[in-house]
Amino acid sequence: MVGHHFVEQLINSQHDCHVTVLSGEGRLAYDRVYLSSYFAGKTAEDLAMTTPETYQEWGVDARTNARVSDIDRVAKIVTLESGESFEYDKLILATGSYPFVPPIPGNDQPHCLVYRTIEDLEAISASSAQSKVGVVVGGGLLGLEAANALKQAGLETHVVEFAPQLMAVQLDMMGGEQLKVKIEELGVQVHTQKATQEIVAGENCRYRMNFSDGSYLETDLILFSAGIRPSDQLGRSSELAMGERGGIVINNQCQTSDSDIYAIGECALWDNRIYGLVAPGYAMARAAVAHLTGGEGEFAGADMSTKLKLMGVEVGSIGDAHVRTPGAQVYTYHNQPDGVYKKLVLDPTKTHVIGAVLVGDTSDYDTLLQYALNEIAVPEAPESLILPSSGEAPVLGADALGDSATICSCYNVSKGDIVNAIDGGCCSVGDVKGATSASTGCGGCAALLKNVVDSELEKRGVEVSKAICEHFNFTRQELYHLIQVEGIKSFNELLEKHGTGMGCDICKPAAGSIFASVWNDYILQQQHQPLQDTNDTYLGNMQKDGTYSIVPRVAGGEITPDKLILLGEVAKKYNLYTKITGGQRIDLFGARVDQLPGIWEALVTGGFETGHAYAKALRTVKSCVGSTWCRYGVQDSVTMAIDLENRYKGLRAPHKIKFAVSGCTRECAEAQGKDIGVIATENGWNLYVCGNGGMKPRHADLFATDLDDATLVKYIDRVLMFYTKTADRLQRTSVWMENLEGGLEYLQQVVIEDSLGIADELEAQMQLITDTYQCEWKTTIESPDALKRFRQFVNSEATDSNIQFVTERDQIRPATKAEKFSGEKAIPVEIV
Amino acid sequence: MQAQESYTPQWHDVCHEDDLVTNSGVCALIGEEQVAIFRIVNGEGTQYFAISNWDPIGEANVLYRGIVGSLGGKTVVASPLYKEHYELATGTCLERDDVSVNAYPVRVDAQRVLIEL
Ligand code: SRM
Ligand SMILES: Cc1cc2nc3c(=O)[nH]c(=O)nc-3n(C[C@H](O)[C@H](O)[C@H](O)COP(=O)(O)OP(=O)(O)OC[C@H]3O[C@@H](n4cnc5c(N)ncnc54)[C@H](O)[C@@H]3O)c2cc1C
Ligand code: SF4
Ligand code: FES
Repeated sequence: MVGHHFVEQLINSQHDCHVTVLSGEGRLAYDRVYLSSYFAGKTAEDLAMTTPETYQEWGVDARTNARVSDIDRVAKIVTLESGESFEYDKLILATGSYPFVPPIPGNDQPHCLVYRTIEDLEAISASSAQSKVGVVVGGGLLGLEAANALKQAGLETHVVEFAPQLMAVQLDMMGGEQLKVKIEELGVQVHTQKATQEIVAGENCRYRMNFSDGSYLETDLILFSAGIRPSDQLGRSSELAMGERGGIVINNQCQTSDSDIYAIGECALWDNRIYGLVAPGYAMARAAVAHLTGGEGEFAGADMSTKLKLMGVEVGSIGDAHVRTPGAQVYTYHNQPDGVYKKLVLDPTKTHVIGAVLVGDTSDYDTLLQYALNEIAVPEAPESLILPSSGEAPVLGADALGDSATICSCYNVSKGDIVNAIDGGCCSVGDVKGATSASTGCGGCAALLKNVVDSELEKRGVEVSKAICEHFNFTRQELYHLIQVEGIKSFNELLEKHGTGMGCDICKPAAGSIFASVWNDYILQQQHQPLQDTNDTYLGNMQKDGTYSIVPRVAGGEITPDKLILLGEVAKKYNLYTKITGGQRIDLFGARVDQLPGIWEALVTGGFETGHAYAKALRTVKSCVGSTWCRYGVQDSVTMAIDLENRYKGLRAPHKIKFAVSGCTRECAEAQGKDIGVIATENGWNLYVCGNGGMKPRHADLFATDLDDATLVKYIDRVLMFYTKTADRLQRTSVWMENLEGGLEYLQQVVIEDSLGIADELEAQMQLITDTYQCEWKTTIESPDALKRFRQFVNSEATDSNIQFVTERDQIRPATKAEKFSGEKAIPVEIV
Repeated sequence: MQAQESYTPQWHDVCHEDDLVTNSGVCALIGEEQVAIFRIVNGEGTQYFAISNWDPIGEANVLYRGIVGSLGGKTVVASPLYKEHYELATGTCLERDDVSVNAYPVRVDAQRVLIEL
């Protein structure tokens, strides 16, 4: 990897020289950092960092399977194992490292493996297929990644660690302990403080590992990940200066003791340290290129901070995680129930961050790293940096960073570089990425990069246009008015009159939604169909494998036993995954596009209607059981919920709309968390508006009190229609109201006092929508033309072979890539 | 890769012109390959495009179900899963340099739709 980076930098420097690359492996450089994704289906080509063609274009002579066995420093010749030899003026050693296998008797058996190259992975895959239990020896960063791979391959997985904790290099004791708890929760068994003495034949498994404390573990496969050792044989044999424990000694220019030979990457020893990460290796490559070409820059050590996700557990480590700095001050936060542990290490004067450990939640990592790398003074209460945000957490804005602040450590891009790129004409994150390579390595800096780019663009007065997209220079509200006032009924007409180009996936669904709000035609009418988002086109939510979910309407959450049984029967017949949703109804998952009509025909015949779970429209009206049964209920909340749901179903809006009705102030239906909330009182109903859950929860505001049924409906008509007409695309009621000048009070004036004189019009428009309601699925199954779309292939009855399921807890779920690959557990898709 | 070099593409008759949906896509199965076929009608007349149906980012066979449109003069389809745009003429992904899908020649002859693959 580092060798390739060197070549790339050298070519970029346009220095006149001839380059030969000799790779000991059977392929050119590939990305080991993403090696594990190979198990998830990535191929050697996906991992490749270059191709023979690219090297050819660059004029680089690249050889594979070209292992160097000898260096003659006097004659300046390197010789390959094959005997072929090459002359050099300057020689760069980037031989990396190899996995250390502890000298345990029995460690050389066929299913004792390591994790470094693509060939290693192939061996692990092959061995896993014949194994039930796997053990990883070594609980460091790589060991845990390897354990994840074994677990995904379906093996019962163990990690055996010699030290008393996991990830001893990056984490402190508490952090290691917390990580262990989390990883064990995920089904990987961790054994710390175990020294393996021998590997012998097992009784139930292939092998038995005997530990020094007398205990043992049986396993079919052993993966050694007990650290790396520099591949420094060439340095040794040609008598370059070497470290006591290996590694080729280099200076700040990355030269070895022979000034014509450089060493970079994991084979090099700088200041008595080996760096086992790519970013420092890349920095060495840049330093070596600079020195060779007479440029500036030297290697001055590198930051070893890391952030990663191990089996879904977030782990981060910054700087002096082990508090080795004398007098350092420490803050810790430990939330055992949630498995979150954070430690902040400050310098003795408590002004700068010098280290941190984060387990279970690394959301503070970027900020802390910036504090540490750029020596930014910490806020007055430094603990606020790691405490869970109770409102105002001090966020480190892009502006707080100086120009020298490193944004991307993989490619050593500073904020200044980004500013320059923007001054040079870049005007989006994509442009900046292209120009600086920032965020194209590990990707850890993506959020920060976006932050910096956005704030710099804003400073330059790059106006964020209000236009909906490049095809219409109007807001959604303006389009709504145009469509309504000019009576426009199709997208082509709208485009001809007011737009340019062909439209896109932003303006088309927005226009489709407005047509529905204004005219309420059948949504799959020929002229509207290409406008709809795929969810609306296929009247279901697309899942990650291209199948759909089915959510029939269950108004108010009330359902008869017969309907429940029908749902069960349909789910059974089509083998669908069945789950109760958060909206008091039932979701059936895993239907192929060609199965949708049959499923819906059965449901519609049984009295179900579409639930619009796919649409920006009314979703559910949640209810509590209310006065009918509940001893505290003061009104019949279920009847009200059902009536409201039936009135507003099918209303297409800028975003989805959710309601709830509670039968008394105990509020079991959580109405104050909904766009429209209704809570029963002794005298009628209290109406709440503009609440939501989701990404940014907001409590609804009390809008009017003690309303009778008719007034309640009248107010809701007006609020919703006003919202539908005036909100922005994908703006929920809460954000819409907050953006209305005058906010809640203004809305009350418009709706209750009719200050704009539009109340009648709003009600009439709502009445039109209610009167023209049709169940889209009913219309669809009755229309042969519409049904034509529900097929996977125009020329074949075959089904999509990529859709495969396995069984989990007695139901289907999509097969993972590894499962599809192995083809073992997949249950064939049944054709119904 | 090598196998493909020695492979000579052929024209496959996949469906009647009426099976296509204007300004939207359908999918055909040719051997093992799923091909998304689009008929685009706008001011410039009628154009046909065919690209692979596999969404390499979402990793599912869904591209024919995306919304078609134009971006900066290029005719594109937006993946229904994560909304990346693929240029219909070339298969290149506008958001990601490292991603693209195959594009195939299409022609319509005596109302039959033919794909070269
Ligand atoms: C199925 C369900 C989860 C479940 O298994 O329980 C669900 C599933 C989805 N939700 Fe949800 N949400 C479900 C209840 C909720 C709730 C709870 C509720 O409604 O009481 C919330 C929070 C309440 C709220 O919306 O105020 C919720 C907040 C979201 C959000 C965030 C909205 C926001 O304003 O922040 C999204 C994203 C969006 O809409 O842009 C979302 C989007 C989605 C999507 C559509 C994501 C997608 O595009 O694939 C999911 C697909 C549904 C499907 O395939 O059928 N879902 N979602 C629930 C269906 C309820 C129903 O019967 O229709
Ligand atoms: C599974 C895994 C996950 C990782 N994850 C991360 C991560 O998330 N972040 C991170 O920063 N780092 C990670 N690393 C570490 C990172 O891959 C290494 O730091 C990086 O590969 C070092 O680059 P290098 O060029 O020094 O060595 P290498 O990439 O190993 O390249 C050395 C090359 O030299 C060849 N070679 C050796 N001897 C000879 C010879 N005599 N003649 C010819 N060729 C020879 C080798 O065959 C090899 O191809 C990970 C490593 C692994 C294995
Ligand atoms: S919370 Fe997220 S993952 Fe869960 S259903 Fe909603 S959108 Fe999907
Ligand atoms: S820090 Fe790794 S890509 Fe930027």
